[in-house]
Amino acid sequence: MSTIALLVITGLALGALYFLIASGLSLIWGLMRVLNFAHGAFFTVASYCAFIAAAALPAGGPWLHFLFAVAVGVGVGGVFAALTEVVLVRPLYERHVGQVLVTVGLALATTALVQGGFGADPRQLELPVWLTGTTTIFAAIPNSRLLTIAAAALVLVLLRFFLQRTRYGLIVRAGVENRAMVSALGIDVQRAFTLVFAIGGMAAGLAGVLAGAYYGTIDPFRGTAMLLFAFIVVVIGGLGSVTGSAVAAVIVGLLQQFLNFYAAAGTGDFAVVVLLAVVLLRRPGGLFGSAT
Amino acid sequence: MRPPIRAIAVAVVLAILVALPWAHVSLPGVFGDPLGSPGTLNLLGLCFVFGALALTYDLVFGYTGLLSFGHALYFASGVYVTAIALVRWHWDLPHAIALTVVVSLLLPIVLGSICLRVRDIPFAMVTLAFAQAASILVLQNPGGLTGGEEGLPLGAESLPAALVGVVNTRNLYWLALALLLVTYAVGWWAVNSPPGRVWQAIRENERRVEVLGLDPYRYKLGAFVLSGFLASAAGVVYLLLQGGASPTVATADFTLALLVMVVLGGVGTLWGAVLGGVVYEYLDFRLVALSGAPAIQALPGILRVPLSEPLFILGVLFIVLVLFVPGGLAGFVRLVAVRAL
Repeated sequence: MSTIALLVITGLALGALYFLIASGLSLIWGLMRVLNFAHGAFFTVASYCAFIAAAALPAGGPWLHFLFAVAVGVGVGGVFAALTEVVLVRPLYERHVGQVLVTVGLALATTALVQGGFGADPRQLELPVWLTGTTTIFAAIPNSRLLTIAAAALVLVLLRFFLQRTRYGLIVRAGVENRAMVSALGIDVQRAFTLVFAIGGMAAGLAGVLAGAYYGTIDPFRGTAMLLFAFIVVVIGGLGSVTGSAVAAVIVGLLQQFLNFYAAAGTGDFAVVVLLAVVLLRRPGGLFGSAT
Repeated sequence: MRPPIRAIAVAVVLAILVALPWAHVSLPGVFGDPLGSPGTLNLLGLCFVFGALALTYDLVFGYTGLLSFGHALYFASGVYVTAIALVRWHWDLPHAIALTVVVSLLLPIVLGSICLRVRDIPFAMVTLAFAQAASILVLQNPGGLTGGEEGLPLGAESLPAALVGVVNTRNLYWLALALLLVTYAVGWWAVNSPPGRVWQAIRENERRVEVLGLDPYRYKLGAFVLSGFLASAAGVVYLLLQGGASPTVATADFTLALLVMVVLGGVGTLWGAVLGGVVYEYLDFRLVALSGAPAIQALPGILRVPLSEPLFILGVLFIVLVLFVPGGLAGFVRLVAVRAL
């Protein structure tokens, strides 16, 4: 029982990290038809900036440091992503393959730069004591898992609120449905592009900081490794659907944790890619996507 | 009188490439060792292999318009099937290659016929899924076959004597050169054959091909299988040049590198793709050596760190090309040639 509880929570937390990356990817693809390979770079850069800035903070307790890291991570992720859209993606308007390719180039260059600047080895992080401890809910659950799940749930609620209840959310949803029509109605879709990139970057930045707490370390390659599974989550959930991403993230996270524990390590990863292939061949639009 | 001049130029370049192992010229800065030395020949051989591999990717991506994210799988199958047959089962090289030929035909036929049931992004993702599954399998080391993260080194006893040892690097160099030439010839023949024309028509407008009464699925599968098979052949030569298999060749990053090579060189041109593969591998290798140069080490950190990372330089070069020179290096060369005339 305790093992199952631990696996469920850990799987949910992993799914939460996937969701934070996947939600932005899904919105960006839905609105702009760009598969954003630089999303892992947003994650990595934000996590390094966050923990280095927090370590440089002169005063305050560990919690202040961590909250500061979260704020810096979210901010850096958002700004970096918005800049990427304005500087690299926008000049290639309507050249979709070109847009994907610049994000590939940016991902390569950024990962190499972080590796060159800070080394390839994982950096140990100083975290608040509570985050490295455990809480007993049927089993000793690491608190960082609980924090990650709570944060992702909050982001899901905020994103849904933004999409359903605000004017810009309406524009984004309409743009996902039919971008040409939104432009034809005289609405500046360009601004919505920058906005979804910024939102996606903020969520990825948050994921970067939370993953630091989850694993206790940061390294230059985790962003890219998680990006792969985030892509899988987005596609299983249905491109353009935030709710679909959330559901798929939970499925993928749980499947991965349970199989990696009960079968040989790596079996979970294998099952996830097989699941992707099966879902796509049965429903090319994903679980929550339109069947195109 | 243009064609003869071109043919002569090609013949001269080929003659130089074939005779290169006997050259004892040093090109300081371009290569670390003299031209005919084993180190340089090995690097050039790798460049040829990547040129050939980039060409095979261009057949599906550039000519048929299929954005496959799983091309590394077919290269890796060439590398690993041969390595496993040689090292684990102690077969001799001809039998190992015969097995690899069978596998590298069956694998793209089976996977291609599944993947091609969907298009566009779902196609990219299904190919990625299969390649990733293979990559995980290789790392998992099932039954101790693949050697997991450590890879699978070839022992000297499993190879013919002519391919073993530093002295025989020139044989491997010629093998790689032959691979590139054969791949180029087959690629050229394929894209200029009637099915090759249909591939390009599918890239431009698949619906129209369908309306004309042709079945795009069969043609796409043909391109996929040919490209996968040639990639496996490149994998075999790569294995011999490297003296072993390593799991990096199966990763998604490796496919992305292929994508970068093709776009760097020029999508939809054979020689552009080859150029891209050669330049990428050369830069990836040589920039590491150059970053150790005293001139770069003496720079302040803010310049030294980026310049010491080959992938940073390649990534930036790639972004600049995508933004400003859509045709890649081949497009750039053509532009310069047109301006000069």
